[in-house]
Amino acid sequence: MNGKNHRLSDYLTWATAIVIIVALYLVFVYAPTERTMGDMQRIFYFHVSSAWVGFFAFFVTLIVSIAYLSKGTRQWDIVALSSVEVGVTFMTMAIISGSLWAKVAWNVWWTWDPRLTTSTILWLIYVSYLMLRNAIDDEARRARFAAVHGIVGFVSVPITFMAIRWWRTIHPVILDSQGFSLATPMLITMLFCIGAFTLLYFTLLVHRVYLEQLADEVEQLKYRLGR
Amino acid sequence: MRFLRKVLTIVQKDVAVELRTKEMLSSMFVFSLLVIVIFSFAFELRVEDVRKVAPGVLWVTFIFAGMLGLSRSFVLEKDRGCLEGLLLCPVDRSATYLGKMLGNVIFMTTVEAMILPIFSILFNVSLFQPILLLIVVLGTLGFAGVGTLFSAMAVHTRSREVMLPVLLFPIVLPAMIAAVKATGGILDGQPFSEIAHWLRLLVVFDVVFLAISFMTFDYVVEE
Repeated sequence: MNGKNHRLSDYLTWATAIVIIVALYLVFVYAPTERTMGDMQRIFYFHVSSAWVGFFAFFVTLIVSIAYLSKGTRQWDIVALSSVEVGVTFMTMAIISGSLWAKVAWNVWWTWDPRLTTSTILWLIYVSYLMLRNAIDDEARRARFAAVHGIVGFVSVPITFMAIRWWRTIHPVILDSQGFSLATPMLITMLFCIGAFTLLYFTLLVHRVYLEQLADEVEQLKYRLGR
Repeated sequence: MRFLRKVLTIVQKDVAVELRTKEMLSSMFVFSLLVIVIFSFAFELRVEDVRKVAPGVLWVTFIFAGMLGLSRSFVLEKDRGCLEGLLLCPVDRSATYLGKMLGNVIFMTTVEAMILPIFSILFNVSLFQPILLLIVVLGTLGFAGVGTLFSAMAVHTRSREVMLPVLLFPIVLPAMIAAVKATGGILDGQPFSEIAHWLRLLVVFDVVFLAISFMTFDYVVEE
């Protein structure tokens, strides 16, 4: 199993490296400069991709958590943990890049816009997931509780989004959200970036899963050596 | 019907234990009182019209008091070794969940009933309107629904006092938004049609999370 993982992660790493370099070219050279915001707008490509990966990672956690609760094998738990760790990283990147872009585009560092608020709450749920895992010593219990939290947390995301969307549309919204009426080269660049970041997510996931499996092996060896 | 009787037995047990010492109810009540007074005081110093912040303050108070009640219900069980006893009972785990949840709802509602009059005095609002009571009940149901699940989890963790709010707050946020908006709408005298969809959101939240907690309680409580 270790040999297979090694090869998979190697292939993924190389593929991702190439795809990201192409994405960088698209973002900085190919995509046209935006009229009003200028070159600062290019952060948008990475911001949307990071946010997408943040939500996608949480969805993966949901699936894997359900799988863990029905099957009970450690492998599912490892993937759930890894997905949350990678997801929280991308979510942090999305929030920070979004804040930087907001300053340029809207002249505020923060606003309680529906998507921003939902992203923040998702980030908080991620962090609480990691805190929960840290606070339990028993392995089986930790995996079970984390799986339940992963499921409950994901289900709350659409409901939270609905609630905040209703809240914001009752009051007049001063700031407009980015429309999808993008020029074609921009659309191509954005879609490519989303794909590139998804590939990056899977690469990081595989690396993290492999790392956790190695850690498990070390624990077993320690146990066998009597420590 | 037998299922219902089992659920009610568990509720009865919790209520009976609490009525003997009244420890949890009194501490929840005193804590809510403190929170309301501090908020009322803090906002009075700065806000022109405190009625604007009244719904938010009310629900923050309820949530803080609810946290206390939720954590104590399972902590008491675990510390006295009752949790094993509860699990050994020949009842379906879902009956245990419903029983604990209803017990929590009863305690929270009792404290809320005591706090509402004080709140209406401090903030000078009239709170005795039937729709408002409906909002309070729905909000409490949703909060206790997920809260019971999470407090069963939190009791097994290292920093149990901190873990429950950390786990619960982000999840319960949509219910809080709906409850605060609906309460604000009532206090402002808005027509029912305006508030209706917040109530609908509360009902959806309650149904979805009660169902999920019901289904996953088994995994949380097994050894």
